[in-house]
Amino acid sequence: MSDTHAYDAIVIGAGHNGLTHAAYLAKAGQRVLVLEQNSIVGGAAITEELRPGFNFTTFSYALSLLRPEIIAELDLVRFGFMPLYMRSHFAPMDNGDYLLIGPDAAVNRQEIARHSKADVDGMERFEHDTARVKQFIRPLFDSIPPNLFSDDPADAERMAWLVKHLGNADRKLLHDTVRLLTGSIADFVDDYLESDIIKATICSAACVGIKLGPMSPGTGLNWLYLAMGEHDGVRGSWSFHKGGNGGFTQVLARAATAYGADIRLDSRVSHLITDDGEAHGVALADGTEFRAPVVVSSLDPRRTFLQIADPRELPSDLVETIQRFRFQGITSKVNFALDGVPHYPALGDRTDQYGGFINIAPSVEYMERAYDAAKYGWFSEHPYIDASIQSFIDPDMAPPGKHVMSCYVMYTPYQLKGSTWDAERENMADRVQATMQRFFPNFNDLVLQREVVSPDIIEARTGLSEGNIYAGEFFPHQMYFFRPAPGYSDYRTPIRGYYQCGSGTHPGGCVIGAPGRFASQQVLADVAGSR
Amino acid sequence: MLRTSPFHERLAPMSQAQAWGNWLGFQSALRYDLSSKHEYFGVRNAAGFFDTSPLRKYWIRGRDAERFCSYVFARDVRALKPGRAQYTVWCDDAGYVLEDGVLFRFASDEFLLTSAEPNMGYLRGLARPFEVEIVDVSDDYASLALQGPRSLAILETLTPDVSGLRYFGFSETKVADSPVVISRTGFSGDLGYELIIPVADALRVLDALLEAGRPHGLRPYGDEALGMTRIEAGLPLINVEFTSSRYAFTPEERFTPDELGLGWLLKGIDDPARPFIGRNAILRERAEGRSRWSTVGITVSWQDYFELFDSHGLPAVPNEVPVPWDTMVYNANGKRVGYATSFMYSPVLQKHIGIARLKPKYAEAGSEVFVEQTVNHEYFNVRATVTTLPFYNPERKTA
Repeated sequence: MSDTHAYDAIVIGAGHNGLTHAAYLAKAGQRVLVLEQNSIVGGAAITEELRPGFNFTTFSYALSLLRPEIIAELDLVRFGFMPLYMRSHFAPMDNGDYLLIGPDAAVNRQEIARHSKADVDGMERFEHDTARVKQFIRPLFDSIPPNLFSDDPADAERMAWLVKHLGNADRKLLHDTVRLLTGSIADFVDDYLESDIIKATICSAACVGIKLGPMSPGTGLNWLYLAMGEHDGVRGSWSFHKGGNGGFTQVLARAATAYGADIRLDSRVSHLITDDGEAHGVALADGTEFRAPVVVSSLDPRRTFLQIADPRELPSDLVETIQRFRFQGITSKVNFALDGVPHYPALGDRTDQYGGFINIAPSVEYMERAYDAAKYGWFSEHPYIDASIQSFIDPDMAPPGKHVMSCYVMYTPYQLKGSTWDAERENMADRVQATMQRFFPNFNDLVLQREVVSPDIIEARTGLSEGNIYAGEFFPHQMYFFRPAPGYSDYRTPIRGYYQCGSGTHPGGCVIGAPGRFASQQVLADVAGSR
Repeated sequence: MLRTSPFHERLAPMSQAQAWGNWLGFQSALRYDLSSKHEYFGVRNAAGFFDTSPLRKYWIRGRDAERFCSYVFARDVRALKPGRAQYTVWCDDAGYVLEDGVLFRFASDEFLLTSAEPNMGYLRGLARPFEVEIVDVSDDYASLALQGPRSLAILETLTPDVSGLRYFGFSETKVADSPVVISRTGFSGDLGYELIIPVADALRVLDALLEAGRPHGLRPYGDEALGMTRIEAGLPLINVEFTSSRYAFTPEERFTPDELGLGWLLKGIDDPARPFIGRNAILRERAEGRSRWSTVGITVSWQDYFELFDSHGLPAVPNEVPVPWDTMVYNANGKRVGYATSFMYSPVLQKHIGIARLKPKYAEAGSEVFVEQTVNHEYFNVRATVTTLPFYNPERKTA
């Protein structure tokens, strides 16, 4: 029957994982069709010119987690892959002072010493201890997790490897690992550091994308996850892709196309076509049908199992777990077009502080209070903002002398208590702008335009349920062999020929590509096995 | 005490790093920013400028200027038109390379040579039988290289005479009311220009350039970023890829143009009407197939490099700054087949690259070789692939 198929595989969604997956399948000789609901590829990794010459990274805004294997295996440099170096990390403080971490370790020591002499070596101990944890965790992160409930010998092998690997850790390493995986980041850094701005800077990295405050258990895991990224081999460092993350997904699309995949835009998939527990293709919302023996969903678990597939064809334990799977989007973006350079009084005319992230998280308490609002269904009065003037890193993002500033905003819960995002969107953005104005006194005068992307808009435009940027919360019970559900973490599904390759699978979200890559290994193994 | 360049007064305060090297007795920046990688991305993604003032500059003028140049330099200058420049080398009688430089032709009887090392004595000695005048004007002119995709947009705001410049063309123009020579040349393998400026006007021109460059992200870059970009461009550097045959003690220190991958400069070597120094030896080398080396690129996949370190329990942290020593190259049987003279991690290529000299039979593009790396204080070989040079060659460089 397969000879009647025009395609060997259909990939639902041209986000970065869908494109990565399609590129791997096509490179292996599969005839692949990617179906994308929007008019551009990229999903949540797009760049849009909302004002002539001003390019906004609408949703995701930087690169780190992307697995280096993918860059090499798909030869992405050939297709224009170009991650630009972010040289600094700038954290303004309430009292007008700042923490400015840059590329020179010895200069950073001096900067840290301005805030605490004890934190100079405290920071280095923290970095070394956590670097060991990252080194230890990395093989788990970079491999397909064992399916605990499978009798496949491959899974038994993976389980045996895991047990052996855990056994190789010394006591401190194992303890540090468990503390990070289960505890709060604020608690962890207390062992090493005393300066609030330095602690806050570390803690802020643990609070991206997750509905937890720095003092909540679970933020250690998120910190560790985000620290697993790298740029040019430097763990935990971030880059800005030429042209933004939209520039990156264009690279992936060029690669996938060059390897032979077809990408069809404006093609919203309505449902999976099955016959007797086997996938046979998909139907679009307009009724068009495409047939293939393999269908791979890059959508999040809720859409993959409850919307695209018919839940009645799935085991009830899976359906129940997916219904309980937590999304609870918490983040917004406010993107600004600026007429010039924000001024930070304590730094005079300097601008080198804008070579990377600008982190509005002046204290651990500031962040925790920002989170408090979200617990009770409201957005922060004083938001935690992870900002970046991207045109400083890539001048092609804005006209000469002008700038674009991406502000990633925490905490803005998907569900507002007693109101809607339609009613509150601009109010929230006003809070963001007022916060920037507080630290940069000329900010309001610079604003030419702003784009407000609240969780409901993330959901509506990208399909990410409740606007969760990770395609599902990073809770321990939703990670590793529980992602997205116990027994269903191997990228396959109970429907033969139907696979998952989105960030709702291991290792998880961010622009990472690993789910797309791992899923391609499973699909190709199954295709080879059925021949 | 080291001398300072005519731009120093402006550049020194711009340096966060205050990291200076010594180039021909001049204080020359290793980097200005705390990160040379930041400067490197200035060149690759916006625009950067490098202070080349210590370069030696010689007028070669007179009725015999062309005849003299076609005798001294290995590359034929007879076809070089006024308003054009060319990269060239000069050799000794045995066909070994002495040095390299760029020759600008201003008129039929007027050339300007720029070189990284002093050559006044050598050139004047050779000039005796010719009606030609050699003038060392190194101290009369400041110079800088403006390199990167935004370099043209920046210069266009300062002079209209740059827009039509072709690769290796130059123009005598005015910038900030100063007479300036702008050539479309450089050492970065990218779109770029070089400016030669009377010393008295150096700061005024630089100020105009800084002002014009501000909205484009223009930043100065030092020797480390220069090294990164020139290796990606596959361009040899004296005292790294080769030492001048003049100062060599052993045959291992000497190289012919063919061995350095510069055989392309020797177009027309068969023309007996142009006897140049070293010609006969190079013809013999070619006739007898005596070249000992081929100069090629080698690339190491990031995966292989990572796995080498990972398998020893170490994080692999690549270094963009070129290593200051030779990196040994082996074949699959562990036999030494050559060495990389330059080796670095390339951020735009996302892998380690090296300019290597290999025994010719191992130098075919696509061949597998192994480079020696030290891990946990032991030597290990990591797989690499032979490639052609340059590694990085954007269309805009010559477009």
